[in-house]
Amino acid sequence: MNKLLIAALLGLLPIASWAGEAKDLAEDPVVEKRMVALASNLRCLVCQNESLASSHAELAEDLRREVREQIRAGKSDKEITDYLVARYGDFVLYDPPVKSYTVLLWFGPFALLLCGAGVLFYQLRRRRKTVPETNLSAEAHQRAAALLEDEDKQ
Amino acid sequence: MMRFILPLVIFLALAALLFVSLREDRDPHLVPSPLIDKAAPAFNLPQLHEPAKKFSPANMKGRVWLFNLWASWCVSCREEHPVLMALSQQNVVPIVGLDYKDKNADAEAWLATGGNPYVLNVTDAEGRIGIDYGITGVPETFVIDKNGVIRYKEIGVVTPKNLHDTILPLVAKLEQEP
Repeated sequence: MNKLLIAALLGLLPIASWAGEAKDLAEDPVVEKRMVALASNLRCLVCQNESLASSHAELAEDLRREVREQIRAGKSDKEITDYLVARYGDFVLYDPPVKSYTVLLWFGPFALLLCGAGVLFYQLRRRRKTVPETNLSAEAHQRAAALLEDEDKQ
Repeated sequence: MMRFILPLVIFLALAALLFVSLREDRDPHLVPSPLIDKAAPAFNLPQLHEPAKKFSPANMKGRVWLFNLWASWCVSCREEHPVLMALSQQNVVPIVGLDYKDKNADAEAWLATGGNPYVLNVTDAEGRIGIDYGITGVPETFVIDKNGVIRYKEIGVVTPKNLHDTILPLVAKLEQEP
């Protein structure tokens, strides 16, 4: 019985370790909602493929705390993202601004699309040239028509 | 013939690009810092050994110094520690430490047993100053010039190689600057 109880309590441990942030949510759901909305568009610097909102890294927790405090202090969303960009660079933004070094990122796909369209256009035109429309003589035309008619009857 | 060569060329170019990106010395975690050539963020933190006394980067005005962020729980910091110890014995540049998200007792115990390469340490138990310096983990080391401007940031362990190839030449150059 005791063993079972201990096992059950151990099972609760991970929940207990999240109580810190759950408390924040319970205390101020409005701030929490804005924080999550903001943090979903920011990158966690430790596990770079996760957003700041979903990451469990310690730095992400600290940064969420920072965002939360700034929301409470009445800062605008832009002021908060500017604060993070000043420290971590444009890299924290999942929606990076158009700058000289992000031109390829923003317009590269369109350039590729244009290249593809160009190649396709060129190939189609070339094909039209290599397979010219054959001009049938009147006699050949009649034979073809006769053959087709034959086919229809069967 | 062309229809085979063109795809082959594209494939080889792509393979070369991917291969270069896989090389070991190209770590995607090394995010370029926007703080280079900006003033070192100000703070006024209690010192590790004398919590009553505070330290601020302004205190180092007129000197070139290294600002090393570390913690007693950080494994890579122990790897870096002998390099910092050797550097501190050369007396070329003062190292100020910031004990990041650590317990004072743990940090003091580690410095007492492992040796203390720092002229002084400040404590940042909540990691707030770490965020101001844009660090993603410890260790990270900043080279700060006489005017309090960050000139270089080493992300991760300072190895003997990057110390001698990059940091010390930069320190010598900065010493010449007014």
